[in-house]
Amino acid sequence: MSDKFVQAQYNKTIKNYQPKPNYFWNCLKAFIVGGLICVIGQAVTDFYVNVLNFSEKEAVNPTVTTLIFTAALLTGFGVYDKLGQFAGAGSAVPVTGFANSITSAALEHKSEGLVLGVATNLFKLAGSVIVFGVVAAYVLGMLRYTWQHFF
Amino acid sequence: MVYLWAFLVGGGICVIGQLLLDIAKLTPAHVMSSFVVAGAVLDAFDLYDNLIEFAGAGATVPITSFGHSLLHGAMEQTKEHGFIGIATGIFQLTSAGIASAILFGFLVAVIFKPKG
Repeated sequence: MSDKFVQAQYNKTIKNYQPKPNYFWNCLKAFIVGGLICVIGQAVTDFYVNVLNFSEKEAVNPTVTTLIFTAALLTGFGVYDKLGQFAGAGSAVPVTGFANSITSAALEHKSEGLVLGVATNLFKLAGSVIVFGVVAAYVLGMLRYTWQHFF
Repeated sequence: MVYLWAFLVGGGICVIGQLLLDIAKLTPAHVMSSFVVAGAVLDAFDLYDNLIEFAGAGATVPITSFGHSLLHGAMEQTKEHGFIGIATGIFQLTSAGIASAILFGFLVAVIFKPKG
């Protein structure tokens, strides 16, 4: 028997034993939690615009920084991971999920030391986001720049 | 009114992510990477700015805005520096997010003890 065949059979067999996700309930939870995080983000943006006199565009950076700080702190207290278990993509997709993935990866490897544990593993999960983002933006940027100049 | 749209659009993006997790069986890392690429693609066609205008934080808070900011900063720098501007500008708008994520992530890992 080839390895591929064994693997296909295995996948078929375990299918019956895997819990079937409740699609609607999961989506509802993701929708509400993700939506609420964005509403909090909007409130923070409005705070920077109205109270500290940032322009709408300038306010994006301090807003993101505030959310990242909050998410890192909540990860430290172990709250964000509980939220993640409840909300799934609702807490992973907002920028707070990015901060959570960095902080939790660093915390997880703390026992290996500051350099080899924390610093090396900081981007273990978030690295893929940055790599794919930069590669996509670089390629698209070159395409758009060429397009602008020749057409 | 912008709060309602922020809730609906932000929540909607998360629902797409949840469907990719549940039905397409992707891992969270795959979903986040795809969303960043999707944000950059939407910005390449100037669509993401409309979404931000319309939904405010509903479009700037999800990770898709990271891809949008990467491309946006790059294109802004090409106006002044030409082709090399893509490389110098790519982190222009996102550096606040990445730098603070590194700083706070590191500090929290130093101060707190791992839970669970």
